[in-house]
Amino acid sequence: METYPDTSSYMVAGYIVSFLTMGIYVLSMYIRNRNLKRDLETLEDMDTNKKK
Amino acid sequence: MQSKPIALTILDILSVISLGVATYFALVFAPTELFMGQVQRVFYFHVGTAWVGMLGFILAAIAGIIYLINKDMRWDRFEVAAVEISTMFFFITIVLGSIWARPAWNTWWTWDPRLTTAAITELIYIAYFMLRAGIEDPEKRARFGAVYTLLGGISVPITFMVIRLFRTIHPVVIGNESAAAQGGFSMSGDMVTAMLVSFAAFTIIFIDLMWHRIRIGGLQDKVEELKLKVSM
Repeated sequence: METYPDTSSYMVAGYIVSFLTMGIYVLSMYIRNRNLKRDLETLEDMDTNKKK
Repeated sequence: MQSKPIALTILDILSVISLGVATYFALVFAPTELFMGQVQRVFYFHVGTAWVGMLGFILAAIAGIIYLINKDMRWDRFEVAAVEISTMFFFITIVLGSIWARPAWNTWWTWDPRLTTAAITELIYIAYFMLRAGIEDPEKRARFGAVYTLLGGISVPITFMVIRLFRTIHPVVIGNESAAAQGGFSMSGDMVTAMLVSFAAFTIIFIDLMWHRIRIGGLQDKVEELKLKVSM
């Protein structure tokens, strides 16, 4: 049977960092998108009121 | 307000599936490397993220050139999206490389030519956002950003070629092996398959994120325009 050096903890750390970074980035995109949509709605309302 | 296109929803689903498939190929399908053991499996995400990282920086430089020619703000949005996403992916590349280096080279970091040029590239693109944040006028910001990505783009071929031109301990897995490389390995057929799956998966994810980020850029521009209109 072949024996390999035990480096699995490094591999686990690597994949945790990868998924965490991508997850944080996707979350930041979601939050930015949500906030911008809110801002846009508020500004559109303000613009409509101004015209009245 | 534009609703989300169906093609983008399909691309979202495809991205999640392809990430799952790439993870399966890296963690289960690919054989365990004899000398490094399990840590070698980070290689598949390392090269996948490096590929989309460099691709985005090159695309940003091309978008910069196009913007300078036609002054169309859509290319500025494309450029920002490409730089932002690639900076994130390139960060993963560097961290994964460092994690791999610890058992392979017995150090988290060394000022090897490849590691140094990769770190400089990442810093160049972090500075890009600092530059943009310091300019208020949208047209001036876009113009400066375009010139910056054009110059920053030079760091990409340098980073790619440095292990092929200089004596370095970073292994050259694709192409000719460097004589001084430590921790290099010859890939079996299954390893090559896992690497190609990783390339494909990260390309799909990159396109998906680009689309989302460009849409956010469009929203940002609309909000800026309306703010000006309301304040007048």
